[in-house]
Amino acid sequence: MRGRPLLYLSYGQDMALLNTPAKRWWTLGLVLVAVLLPFMLEDDLLVVLATAFVASIGAIGLNLVTGYAGQVSLGHAFFLAIGAYTAAALSGDPDSTRLIGFGITSLPIWLLAAGLVAGLAGLIVAPLAARLRGLYLAIVTLGLVFIGEHLFKHWRDLTGGVGVGRPAAVPELFGLQFAVDGAIFTKAQKLYLLMFVLLVIFGVLARNLVRSRIGRALAAVRDRDLAAEVIGVDVTRYKMIAFAVSSFYAGVAGALLYVMIGFVEPGSFNLAMSVQYIAMILVGGVATISGSIMGAVFITLLPRVTRELPAVLPFISSSSTAGGITIFQVETILYGLLIIGFLIFEPRGLFGIWVRIRTYWKSWPFSH
Amino acid sequence: MKVLTFDDVLLEFSGVTALNGVSFTVEAGELFAVIGPNGAGKTSIFNVLSGVYRPQRGSVRFGDQELLGLRPHAIARLGIARTFQNIELFSNLTVLDNLMLGRHHHHPYGVLAALGWLGKARRNEFANRRAVEEIVDFLELAQWRRMPVGLLPYGVQKRVELGRALASEPKLLLLDEPVAGMNLEETEDMARFILDIRDELGLPMVMVEHDMGLVMDLADRIMVVDFGRPIRTGKPQEVAADPDVVRAYLGEEHRIVERA
Repeated sequence: MRGRPLLYLSYGQDMALLNTPAKRWWTLGLVLVAVLLPFMLEDDLLVVLATAFVASIGAIGLNLVTGYAGQVSLGHAFFLAIGAYTAAALSGDPDSTRLIGFGITSLPIWLLAAGLVAGLAGLIVAPLAARLRGLYLAIVTLGLVFIGEHLFKHWRDLTGGVGVGRPAAVPELFGLQFAVDGAIFTKAQKLYLLMFVLLVIFGVLARNLVRSRIGRALAAVRDRDLAAEVIGVDVTRYKMIAFAVSSFYAGVAGALLYVMIGFVEPGSFNLAMSVQYIAMILVGGVATISGSIMGAVFITLLPRVTRELPAVLPFISSSSTAGGITIFQVETILYGLLIIGFLIFEPRGLFGIWVRIRTYWKSWPFSH
Repeated sequence: MKVLTFDDVLLEFSGVTALNGVSFTVEAGELFAVIGPNGAGKTSIFNVLSGVYRPQRGSVRFGDQELLGLRPHAIARLGIARTFQNIELFSNLTVLDNLMLGRHHHHPYGVLAALGWLGKARRNEFANRRAVEEIVDFLELAQWRRMPVGLLPYGVQKRVELGRALASEPKLLLLDEPVAGMNLEETEDMARFILDIRDELGLPMVMVEHDMGLVMDLADRIMVVDFGRPIRTGKPQEVAADPDVVRAYLGEEHRIVERA
């Protein structure tokens, strides 16, 4: 259909993910840039970006349950932890006397297992959501984080204990090791590409889910649960599905996140981590997949940007001994300001800003 | 043939009796109207029918199936669809998505199929979309298809809600005040759609409505309730002439004047 790109001749064309030429070009462009980046950027930046991709998978998971299904969850860190420890234990050294380990280093196996175990945990928690809503559910899921923190601090065979920790999962795919420098690619380049591919896979799967009958049912539960039930949506079942899928994503993200760091510290799965993910979806855009990615990249890159500040602004120091305000304080302040700013000025987040830019240029040069 | 049998239902909320001994039947292809003053228990009847309230006594049979004790989504799956007095649409979703939700239990598929969006999920989505487009044509909603329903005018939202109920291909349709708050033109549109539904789809309907002109014109039979008790059930002319009904519903001095 030359010249009439928006003329649809089948439901297939109309309901496709990339149903406009603009979307197709943007996607192609972004993928090209993402694939070329490892050859243009320094390794330390690649590691930050790869971490951002992994965080995106976690943020997508949180957005499924909180953004799409409307069930506020502060327990995301708990599910990330379950994924991280499942993967670490599965691929751990079987001969270790200190830690549980099974020596299964194949990435697809421990990744899937991490997701499934976390998903199962989500399924067990889900009945709470059938009984509670809003603030009450948020508080109960908050409880999960504290239970998790206690559990992981004391289960030394699994976690190594506070201050000691354990090595993260070993990423190996068909004999290829990702976490060591190779002949052609460095460790950072390999991990970056791996995480990018995984993000694309999990992003597309989530996008499919939310445009399906499942996604519509989740939105129905969020908007009006009574009406949803009366038109035939089993609300309890869909809340369970939301928690299970969301926790699956969290588990996968948790497993991969510590592959980037190389090390799992049991103290890190705290409330601050849950809040960080909430911030990602608020800043990125509630109930959008691309917004989750934007938010996760934004929040993950933020510390990297503030670290450059002392060079530009002399009154900010990089260590706490030098006096003045430190980059860590700046980071915390920025963090708070961003959340407040977005909630007040653009509740649809970065995705909302993108939509505004898009509509502006669609009608350019006319204002409407 | 009886589509619905509502038999001697008692519904109480800690001392307040909402329904007391209400019985009626709906025949195939019939438009059955329920009228009565505010608080008489009309919407309670609907909430019992769709499983939102559980009565203390009585029985509600849809065909041969007992409805009491079933959860609302199970009742919807049996083929009972309803609209609400205050619009209960999913206001962030588009008209299409709302209608697609009406077809939630048609051509179902699971979570894994949905993640992949291949084969079955894709085919079933297209099948549902085709059916939804029929509803869009039938209710003349084409121009609003992709709009979030929250942004639409009130009359159109009412129509979308009717569409969502129709999309589920119900065997019985419950309309809770379909023209409440509408202007004359919107009311006439809605009346036309209700007649079309009865004539073209032959769908039995139960309607609660305050617009007496509409009820008298459209209904095959009418039940009048007051304080949770049925006062009179019969054809529109019989009901209108019943002195008890006139006293309960319209006050002592009034008589129902039918629209020409």
